[in-house]
Amino acid sequence: MTESREAVTGATNVMRREEHDLVVVGGGPAGLAAAQAAYDEGVEDIVILERDFELGGILQQCIHNGFGVHYFDEELTGPEYAQEFIESVAERGVDIRLETMVLEVTHDRTVYAVNDEDGMTELDAEKVILAMGCRERTRDALDIPGSRPAGVYTAGTAQRFINMEGKLPGEKAVILGSGDIGLIMARRMHLEGAEVEAVLEIMPYTGGLTRNVVQCLEDFDIPLRKQQTITEIHGTDRVESVTVQEVDDNFDPIPGTEYEIECDTVLLSVGLIPENELSVDAGVDLHQVTGGPIVDETRETNVDDIYACGNVLHVHDLVDWVTEESMIAGRSAARSLQDRVETRDEPIEIDKTQKLSYVVPDRISTVDPDREELPLYMRVHAPMEEVFVTLSSGGEQLTRDFQRRAEPGEMITLNVDTETLAELPEPRLELDVVPREEV
Amino acid sequence: MTETIEITCIACPMGCDIDLEVEDGEIRSINGASCPAGEEYAKEEYRNPTRILPTTARVTGGILPLVPVKSAEPLPKGKLEAAMEEIAAVELEAPVELGDVVIENVCGTGVNIVATRDLPAEESGALAAD
Repeated sequence: MTESREAVTGATNVMRREEHDLVVVGGGPAGLAAAQAAYDEGVEDIVILERDFELGGILQQCIHNGFGVHYFDEELTGPEYAQEFIESVAERGVDIRLETMVLEVTHDRTVYAVNDEDGMTELDAEKVILAMGCRERTRDALDIPGSRPAGVYTAGTAQRFINMEGKLPGEKAVILGSGDIGLIMARRMHLEGAEVEAVLEIMPYTGGLTRNVVQCLEDFDIPLRKQQTITEIHGTDRVESVTVQEVDDNFDPIPGTEYEIECDTVLLSVGLIPENELSVDAGVDLHQVTGGPIVDETRETNVDDIYACGNVLHVHDLVDWVTEESMIAGRSAARSLQDRVETRDEPIEIDKTQKLSYVVPDRISTVDPDREELPLYMRVHAPMEEVFVTLSSGGEQLTRDFQRRAEPGEMITLNVDTETLAELPEPRLELDVVPREEV
Repeated sequence: MTETIEITCIACPMGCDIDLEVEDGEIRSINGASCPAGEEYAKEEYRNPTRILPTTARVTGGILPLVPVKSAEPLPKGKLEAAMEEIAAVELEAPVELGDVVIENVCGTGVNIVATRDLPAEESGALAAD
């Protein structure tokens, strides 16, 4: 690819200018799968821009097992899952630029990137796939009162310290939030010799997978306290203790329930936010609930030829679904480049009832003869048991799928046969969740 | 004497609550599992609970000071802490390749500890792909 990296010298600046069929922003699981799928669909001129010193994204620090059960049909660790895709893009000769920071993506698909070797580079792309992933909510996002001592980390930061840098962030920890990262870190801290005093969860249910509650907490007798939260952090140089309080149904602390836990470390596992600064600058509209771009079924955003996939689009609980979705984006971008996609005269809008917090995609705007099935990803608002997820149009039920358990922490996929979309009563689909006895 | 033991299945993300009825150490019935894998898990979890152990091992001369490792097979739950101690005593030399055996027969369990990623030596550089 060096021949396309021709330096253009201007009077006032020296900037490389390149043209590419596809530029992928981010070399984590989403970017890797998107690049692989686009290549396999016939696009060869692909560049992946990655700011870290290696590919694989967050998977490299997720050393625990549980990845790949759906996609590879075996249970892998994060680094193993990453390596499969790193090798696969390398075999395909995808142009990979590491330690490269993307500064801007414009609405007409010019990507400005910078690294030590090339300085500033302008990459003009036919298609751009946004795959920047997400980042963790911090203490600031929660407004926890108290002093500002050392020892307060997001769980993912602690994970990187322990698993990649060999540093244990503390000896006595309290974990706020029972999302999967919090649960995994409870086990990890315990096995590395730290004491984990408690995992606190403000909701009446855990935000993580049940299997992680069992194998990360119950296995080691680490208490999970629901409907409790930290209301103050104490300590001057270092965390010395936290005040914990029970909360009511509106998440307000209940007076008189305060108690204190001594600890030197607080880990926060309180949610992930899609990282969309670049998207917004490019003119991409974001979804109120997911925090990610609003996309159609090809994962194209409102800005023509800019796609998004993976955790930048909506936060996934399993990397397997990131892979599946990113392959849709990669394949769709490739097919569109090859003029194989037909735009519908009128897009099909996808609505949902209050039982669901969101659904991705928001609309179906193309007809793709190669596509047999179209997966809809969604989450329920609150835990439910023995329910059907139903898809209807104009009051007519098109398909449904039984769920023994539906929890906010576990994404539901409804695969829709594209034939059922051929003749709809109206260009609108509605998703609902209905208890079994009402069906 | 019959007792009921509750087990949450971790064979897949569904997390079924399974009730085992046990009499004098013998399993009499299994209820609540929605698949055969769940029944198998519940039996094993009662008789001999096991877990895959993912952790890290020290490396010198690599692009990182640690390489992630795991037990190639599940280990008995009671052996996890002892296995951690044995892994903590290891110091590998880069390069390490995915699948390399780090410890053979950890804690006499017959299970190997294996590396779960490639870790190049520092000189060869992680930027080789560029």
